[in-house]
Amino acid sequence: MTSPVPAGPRIGLFATCLMDSFRPSVGFAAVKLLEDAGCTVEVPAAQTCCGQPALNSGDFATTRRLAKQVIETFAGFDYVVGPSGSCMATIKNDYPQLFADDPQWREKAEDLSRRSFELLSFLTDVLKVDRVKARFEGTVTYHDSCSGLRELGVKAQPRKLLATVEGLKLSEMQDAETCCGFGGTFCVKYPDISEKMASDKVANIEASGAGTLLGGDLGCLMNIAGRMKRLGKPVRVFHAAEVLAGMADGPGLAEPEVR
Amino acid sequence: MSEAREAILGSIRTALKRGPLSQPERQQLESQIATPPHHTRPHFGDDLARRFAAKLESRAATVVAVSRMADASGAVVDYLDRLGLPKAVAAAPALENLEWPQGLAVRFGRAETSDQVSVTPCFAGVAETGSLVLLSGPSSPTTLNFVPENHVVIVRAARIVRHFEDAWDLLRKEAGGIPRTVNVISGPSRTADVEQTIQLGAHGPRRLHVVVVNG
Amino acid sequence: MQVLSPQFKPRATLALKDASLQAALGKARGGFVDKRAAAAAELPEFEQLREEAKAIKEHTLDHLDFYLERFEERVKAQGGQVHWARNAEDAQRIVLEICRKANAKTVTKGKSMVSEEVGINEVLEQEGIEVIETDLGEYIIQLAKEPPSHIIAPAVHKTKAQVSELFHAHHSKLGLTKVLTEVADLVNEARQVLRGKFFRADVGITGGNFLVAETGSSIIVTNEGNGDLTQTLARVHIVTSGIERVVPTLDDATTFLRLLARSATGQETETYTTVSSGPRRPGDPDGPEEYHVVLVDNGRSKMLAGRFREMLRCIRCGACMNHCPVYGAIGGHAYGWVYPGPMGSVLTPLFVGLDAAYDLPNACTLNGRCQSVCPVKIPLPDLLRELRHMQHEAKLSPWYQRAALAAWGFVASRPRLYHALTGLAVRALGWLGRGRGRFGYLPLASAWTKGRDLPAPQGKTFQEAWRERRGKSS
Repeated sequence: MTSPVPAGPRIGLFATCLMDSFRPSVGFAAVKLLEDAGCTVEVPAAQTCCGQPALNSGDFATTRRLAKQVIETFAGFDYVVGPSGSCMATIKNDYPQLFADDPQWREKAEDLSRRSFELLSFLTDVLKVDRVKARFEGTVTYHDSCSGLRELGVKAQPRKLLATVEGLKLSEMQDAETCCGFGGTFCVKYPDISEKMASDKVANIEASGAGTLLGGDLGCLMNIAGRMKRLGKPVRVFHAAEVLAGMADGPGLAEPEVR
Repeated sequence: MSEAREAILGSIRTALKRGPLSQPERQQLESQIATPPHHTRPHFGDDLARRFAAKLESRAATVVAVSRMADASGAVVDYLDRLGLPKAVAAAPALENLEWPQGLAVRFGRAETSDQVSVTPCFAGVAETGSLVLLSGPSSPTTLNFVPENHVVIVRAARIVRHFEDAWDLLRKEAGGIPRTVNVISGPSRTADVEQTIQLGAHGPRRLHVVVVNG
Repeated sequence: MQVLSPQFKPRATLALKDASLQAALGKARGGFVDKRAAAAAELPEFEQLREEAKAIKEHTLDHLDFYLERFEERVKAQGGQVHWARNAEDAQRIVLEICRKANAKTVTKGKSMVSEEVGINEVLEQEGIEVIETDLGEYIIQLAKEPPSHIIAPAVHKTKAQVSELFHAHHSKLGLTKVLTEVADLVNEARQVLRGKFFRADVGITGGNFLVAETGSSIIVTNEGNGDLTQTLARVHIVTSGIERVVPTLDDATTFLRLLARSATGQETETYTTVSSGPRRPGDPDGPEEYHVVLVDNGRSKMLAGRFREMLRCIRCGACMNHCPVYGAIGGHAYGWVYPGPMGSVLTPLFVGLDAAYDLPNACTLNGRCQSVCPVKIPLPDLLRELRHMQHEAKLSPWYQRAALAAWGFVASRPRLYHALTGLAVRALGWLGRGRGRFGYLPLASAWTKGRDLPAPQGKTFQEAWRERRGKSS
């Protein structure tokens, strides 16, 4: 945040691939939160994925190809914002490293890195939003997704905003900062270990007494919601942006359309 | 084995992309060793003796204070009485000049398996963690620190320093080079290897008793 | 030591089903984490110490040849001997020769991961020498004929009941026939049995947490005092240590000692820190007659050159595995070699091969918790990802995975195609899943649906819905 925030900043929304395919409502919630804060939001059609699956599989060549696509697609925006700590950490932290030996692209990657933010921390840290107008009746608990937490320092920001949601009560779970076992392709390469980790997470969620689980990353939320449904647990799952935007009145993750 | 030595040093230099260091470079490093850089040390208040005792007690050691060295052996007898132990100790020869009370059998020398209690002096105390620094030597056998079930250490309050680095400085100044063994002892022996349950007296002493001499 | 890393997957699955192991892991998990957090919080300088420790190591590694030679020179001046081992075979031969010369019948050992790494015990036992591990955890697993499952708590996978059974089975021969159920009684019995061994030992082998170039000293830290009895009572003391363990001065070592105990066990300091500098001196009433240091390279000097140099900062505290959710789920044995958890997942492929240890760097969610607690700030997730990259380049990953990745990469670099395909898939899945909101089984996604349902998509992609609502902006 070295440069001052321009009035009515122009935001390129990074529509993460899981959000795009599985939960567009999170995208619309993100847009509403950003527009309420005075931003202009655009969604470039030329985007697909940040490249993380390739990066974490050790395929750096494919990752660079996709990174260049992202860098070019989001070249003109004041900020690039996405509703995921893990995708935004890839763009912010890994892209510059990927082009360590390529000064021209490294410069571009660093420029994008400076402009890129995870949604909830962007709202509070950059736009200085300190409250939202939303209502949500019930007790929630919050899972701190690893990339957002450890690579981007997202911890207090969502809690600060959630505290201003009318009717919402936060009950912290044990080990909120422990990985849920998603880990991108990890969860399908090592399903047994992943399942055990997800089960531990579900047990902690249940013990918190909360009726709803919130988080900032769809990958983790899909993993936890999937395990929770398999175990027959009634806890509902939403992305925090949906609650903050007052858009958590529809079905939660893995719930049928008509309740 | 000099072949292996050269191979390893050569491999290190290849990895570091250079040959052996030049004489000026070596001298530079030597002088850094001679005057160690000052690293961050934990900050705490000035009552070193109190911290020293409190830290030791927090790790299940017991601490008593006496006002002069002549009272130290009395404190040893009190300790034996309190635990109901026979009036016999193995002591470091360094303590031969201490006034030992009548009725207490004191054997000076290294520890034997039959010894139940040892009494040793101490080179320095460290307030930072409540630790005792003991040096090996002809008049202070190392076995006394580990073989008997009860270890009594006599430390002068004036020898309680703030940080470990202060103890090393004393060592460099006073001991004339590093002794064969420096034992830093911070409590009785313990283990947590069975289900992380802390149990005292794993292999070394079950009890550590520290007599601080203020005079 | 046998390398079982290729069987990582089946061994992990067995570990997940092992009720005793899961009970033991459950008990250990919270304790280590909470104690370390409390110890770090109590020391405001902790973060500063981490930075300085990293800097000390980097300086030392830059001048590693100098500090090793300096160390050697001091050890020799004090009457000790230094031996250089290029690899495991060298180290085994050196230790064996020292034991032969000493006419050793019994060897006691303090805990040393390097000696596990180069396989000392097997070689001595083949020679007919009795080898006794004296760290209680190591003793337990030696009785069980198992390798350590943790680098500082080798028997962390054993329950009290299992220890009780082991002791009963082995100590009955010595006339100790009572079945013990209390931790205190188990510890006392081990103390009683091992006491005799300490006094009978001809050679005592310990590790070296640090080597000090200034004074020619090896430093060990223990809580039990077993390392001290090992090295003080035997006639010959052998230190086995990696070449990366040297630090310039006692003051430098002190910075690491402040970090080590807190990171490992959440203690401010371990009970015993022992600085050893050579054999018995004239007039000394006790102490070893010979003092040998075996400096083990075994691949370390090569690591110094590249991306994995940072791993040479490791001080073997175990914090990374204590905080690793994968280690917490499966324990240490599944990793299949000496070093488990995150640090082991970096080291094992480098020691035993990228192929044999294929799973280790991959069985990680890259959650970053290990790095956040590492006292010397090793970027473990980055190193694990680098290993995946090397595996990918060497085409060691399964063909179907590479094919899927290539196909996905092809589509993801063509936004129109990508959106056309995801649009179709999302519509189909959304329609199929709308009734329940999730799938309990899905072809091609069975690895996902094995243990959890797959949430159904909402019917349209965000890109489609956005353009319907907002027109063709941007």
